[in-house]
Amino acid sequence: MRTLFHNVSVRRLISALAVMAVVAVMTGPAGSTETPTAGFTGSFAEKSSFFGMFETVRWVPFLFLGLVFFSVWSLWLSRGQQVKDGVAKVFAAPRAAAERRPVRWGIAVLLIVVALILPHIITDPFWQAAMVEQIAVYVLLAVGLNVVVGFAGLLDLGFVAFYAIGAYTTAWVTGALPLPPLFGIHMDPFFAIPIAIVIAMLAGIILGAPTLRLRGDYLAIVTLGFGEIITIFANNLYGITGGSQGTALIPHFSLHVGPIKYLWGLTPVPYYYLTLVFVVLFLAAFSLLEHSRVGRAWTAIREDEVAAESVGINPLKYKVMAFAIGASTAGFAGVVTASQSNNIFPSSFTLSFSINILVLVIFGGMGSIFGVVLGAIIIQTGSMYLLHTPPAGYQPSDLYVYLGALLVMMMIFRPAGLVPSRRRRREIRLSEAGEGHADEVLTGDQP
Amino acid sequence: MSDRIFDVQNVTLRFGGVVSLNDVSLHQNRGEILAVIGPNGAGKTSLFNSLTGVYQPQEGTITFLGRDAKPISIIGKKAHQVSSAGVARTFQASRMFSALTAFENVKIGAESHRGIGVLGAMLKGPGTRKDEKSSDAKTFKLLEFVGMTEKANVVSASLSYGDRRRLEIARGLATDPQVLLLDEPAAGTNPSEKIQLTELIRKVRDEMGVSILLIEHDMKLVMSLAERLYVLNFGGVIAEGTPEEIRANPAVIEAYLGSSSVTTEEQA
Ligand SMILES: Nc1ncnc2c1ncn2[C@@H]1O[C@H](COP(=O)(O)OP(=O)(O)OP(=O)(O)O)[C@@H](O)[C@H]1O
Ligand SMILES: [Mg+2]
Repeated sequence: MRTLFHNVSVRRLISALAVMAVVAVMTGPAGSTETPTAGFTGSFAEKSSFFGMFETVRWVPFLFLGLVFFSVWSLWLSRGQQVKDGVAKVFAAPRAAAERRPVRWGIAVLLIVVALILPHIITDPFWQAAMVEQIAVYVLLAVGLNVVVGFAGLLDLGFVAFYAIGAYTTAWVTGALPLPPLFGIHMDPFFAIPIAIVIAMLAGIILGAPTLRLRGDYLAIVTLGFGEIITIFANNLYGITGGSQGTALIPHFSLHVGPIKYLWGLTPVPYYYLTLVFVVLFLAAFSLLEHSRVGRAWTAIREDEVAAESVGINPLKYKVMAFAIGASTAGFAGVVTASQSNNIFPSSFTLSFSINILVLVIFGGMGSIFGVVLGAIIIQTGSMYLLHTPPAGYQPSDLYVYLGALLVMMMIFRPAGLVPSRRRRREIRLSEAGEGHADEVLTGDQP
Repeated sequence: MSDRIFDVQNVTLRFGGVVSLNDVSLHQNRGEILAVIGPNGAGKTSLFNSLTGVYQPQEGTITFLGRDAKPISIIGKKAHQVSSAGVARTFQASRMFSALTAFENVKIGAESHRGIGVLGAMLKGPGTRKDEKSSDAKTFKLLEFVGMTEKANVVSASLSYGDRRRLEIARGLATDPQVLLLDEPAAGTNPSEKIQLTELIRKVRDEMGVSILLIEHDMKLVMSLAERLYVLNFGGVIAEGTPEEIRANPAVIEAYLGSSSVTTEEQA
């Protein structure tokens, strides 16, 4: 018996089944006060279909999933390297081609064209709305957070705060808050764009300047707290934000230039194009930034702050800058959301929102703009699909279980993300080989 | 007096109960190759860290003669400010930006003193392009200077020890320093790399006019390179002089023989 447990395969099998048991409980029914254990027992004993094929009880499909998980796991351990090498060989030529400039431009233009005709292919109103609210805006947010997390290497868990600031600034500028707008004028949301960007950026600088001196973990805690503070403010400052009731009606974007008059908002499609324009602008700006002096300085700081400082780079300045750029992107995304959805509520600005954006960045590949965009599109489309056509027993709150599981899998099999940035991939390989720098190195061989 | 690039007066640096530097006074003349030697734990790296703004000594003054012969007080300055003032350094355990290529490593040094200008960097205006070009040219020149042109596109983590040392020197030189601080540049290199390195260091001083401050355990290398030496032991200066004087100094012999056998054990 004991020797059985020492067998690696047996232990692996048990772990696989245990993981699935946990997933079964987490996705199972809720308990109640009368029968507190119903949630647990029901997770296994409740009736369910075996992937739509026949009726059975819940534990059967999960046992099956456990066995599949175990086989994949074992197979990966024995054949994983071969698979990786094979994939690398297949992708070698396309990857080399993608390094060349004209090819890159070609791909970019192609993607933009696809994005332009997409609303004419997808005409389902649910998906048209999702493309704006849940995909385009999230791409924007992910690309902004990528500057902070991916480029500068700062863990920001309160990114939602800047998004909220952008949204509430829009409400304020357009006169939808109890707080009277600037000079008493109710402005068009277009004017909210620069104002929200500047205010979010200032908030980023004000939060960043004192806290970015902190090392990684502390910064994560401070930003986490900042995110919570903003939500609580939005909730409790009735006289300013309207509290949990939300804001009054925020108008849609409208354009009045001479004879041209245009009002956004009747359908999601005009919003889609508006957001697309800005997404492309932000993407272009950030990819230029990545390959500029500033991008290299960020890499230097991320890799070895002491060495970076020794060649004259002021780490604090660059970190605050990354923070401010990320914040202003989120602020802009807030403007779009506020104007598009007409009402904003404090309950939409939660920690899980920040985590969601972080997952997009990590999944796509920290520091890789293309990866992050792709990751955001894939995950957001997936979660919208689950919302639109939920499988039996799926509840919206289960989403985070799946995202969490996905993240764990990524960390094991592809830690640098779906489409890793070249530098990040090297960094991860180096730190796995024990080449990473620790602070002790400062004094040479001191302990 | 006026040509002292570094003037260190009565510097004391403590970490809790540990006194790393104890009332250290020393100076370096402009254009000099100066060495600091001493047993392990003597405080040599602590001295470098104090000279470069990484550590802040509790007592004493450090004056650096900047680019236009303007005296600058180092204490209280941050490491990046000291670098901008004209002090470059290498690290005892070399610290490269390991995931970047040799070229990128040096280029980061070459462009770090330019203003930031996010918008300029984002938009790639003509000014930015010109800056990029001149940084690239400077980087190539320095890689050539240290003899690493053909390794420009190699990721620095996969370079040999000797190459990393030379690359670190090139990166330091890219900041246009007045003085270059080298912390055990020959550690971990093989004999032929040591010879190359000695020549390179001399060339840096002779051709670029950069003063050199050197920590090194390899006595042969130090004695052949340095024009003057300080000996540190237990955080204090115990001797100063030319290589010949130091070699004959009984206190130095005592410190070296003592530290490796009796004294440290008694102290510990
Ligand atoms: N950051 C620090 N915190 C605490 N103590 C330190 C720190 N830096 C240096 N010290 C202490 O200062 C003393 C001198 O260390 P230092 O690194 O300057 O010696 P060194 O002469 O460079 O030795 P080596 O030849 O081994 O490099 C040591 O006792 C060391 O423990
Ligand atoms: Mg040392």
